[in-house]
Amino acid sequence: MAEVLTVTRLSSGYGELPVLHGVSFDLRDAEVLCLLGRNGAGKTTLLKTIMGLVPATAGSTQLRGRELTRLSAHEVPRAGIAYVPQGRRLFAEMTVAENLEIGLMARQKGHATRERVLDLFPVLRERLRQRSGTLSGGEQQMLAMARALCLEPEVLLLDEPTEGLMPSMIARIREAVAALRAEGVSTILVEQRVDAVLAVADRVLFLENGRSRDVLDVATVRADPAMVRRYVGVG
Amino acid sequence: MAFGPHLLLATLDGLVTAAILALTALGLSLVFGVMRVVNVAHGEFFMLGAIVAWFVSSLVDAHPAIGFLAALVVSPLVVGAVALVSERLVLRRLNYQPEATIVATIGMLYIIQQLALTTFGPAARAVPAPFSLRIDFPWFGYSGYKLAVIAAAVLLILATWFVLTRTRVGLVMRATQYDSETAQAFGIPVDRVYAGVFATGAMLAAVAAVLIVPVQQAYYLMGLDPLLLSFIVVIIGGLGSLRGTVVAAVLVGVGDGVVSAFFSPTLAKIIATLLVALVLVFRPQGLFGTTAR
Repeated sequence: MAEVLTVTRLSSGYGELPVLHGVSFDLRDAEVLCLLGRNGAGKTTLLKTIMGLVPATAGSTQLRGRELTRLSAHEVPRAGIAYVPQGRRLFAEMTVAENLEIGLMARQKGHATRERVLDLFPVLRERLRQRSGTLSGGEQQMLAMARALCLEPEVLLLDEPTEGLMPSMIARIREAVAALRAEGVSTILVEQRVDAVLAVADRVLFLENGRSRDVLDVATVRADPAMVRRYVGVG
Repeated sequence: MAFGPHLLLATLDGLVTAAILALTALGLSLVFGVMRVVNVAHGEFFMLGAIVAWFVSSLVDAHPAIGFLAALVVSPLVVGAVALVSERLVLRRLNYQPEATIVATIGMLYIIQQLALTTFGPAARAVPAPFSLRIDFPWFGYSGYKLAVIAAAVLLILATWFVLTRTRVGLVMRATQYDSETAQAFGIPVDRVYAGVFATGAMLAAVAAVLIVPVQQAYYLMGLDPLLLSFIVVIIGGLGSLRGTVVAAVLVGVGDGVVSAFFSPTLAKIIATLLVALVLVFRPQGLFGTTAR
């Protein structure tokens, strides 16, 4: 499979505080790559650095050969990477339709894209005029994903999408990730729940203290619970 | 004059004050709402608008309406350009940090004020009204121009509301206001939005100044009162809230007109300041404001 995103010796941090130290990995076409690591391992910072929201201090991120670290933060999504932040970060005072419109505007997508996204999350179709802050937690997560999918991205970054959700909603989100893979979207998924990772991932990248460690296919990870315990502390 | 007509006259004068105040405070509120910058130099954009209006209208050797219309177009553009340059040279370099930008805009206040003094001198300059029409009520006559000022302000506020709530530009501005980091993650060039909002805020103050300058005259210290009253209005209404700004401007403007007419202007200021204190104690986010993310 061809590589869609290549991250090479990427470093970044907040002000004087370095967080990532030379992280390297690649993301293949239509795969789900999960990031696993303890709290503070740098998972969210890695996603934010790929998006340009945290400036890279060294290294490179290439989307099909196009260097992203030289772009302004607002140009990265236009290049084809969409981001679903931890905690959803919806524009809570705006309606569902307006949140989707923000996603559509990023890459100048139109009605057809919106319809495709709403077909994936039909519950949102009934709530287009509702203020997004008044949706349930699960519906908010669906909207956060729908808003990102309005970009028709090549790469989707999902930061803990199942956090705080009921099991039925978690299953729904998992189905959506699998459906996106079937459509050819490559996904980087940050998850705390190891069972969720093993259910949906193709490969797993372990992060430890801001450094990339092993990248293994999910069957190998499943067969070696001790490795998961070592990096995440649970298994 | 009997109580009823006296009250009507005071209310009309109060509405003129409210109209100008609403436009000026709207600019301040917009800048704070989207950028989280408390622009202490906002009153100087108002002053600059008035002085440029005088300068432009004095250049036009034709009917006062032509000079006034030229000023109405040129003055906001000049003030908007000054604001844009200030944003690039000062606020952006400070990364829009709230504390640093307060100090920086205090500096901008003095720079703009002293530049106006040096360039145009200390004299108050009159700008002729574009038309002289007297509306005759049964008890008194009233300036038709002042009523036109109220109408123009209402139209401009409605236009601002329309842009903010019904257009893509407004959607982008609101997204930036609610969560600038997420806005960037969706392709919104936040720096450019900030520049546009800062210029628009200054232009609203300039338009307000052009509208009122035929009634008040232009001089280099005239920015202080609009700045203080604008702060009073946005604190009462809620920083960043258009509806709150308009309601508070009407409250403060009409209250000022009525209390000044029946008691004293000093008492009007005391009441307005007391209202600000009460709002800050009991509802710090203002009557219609929301807490920022």
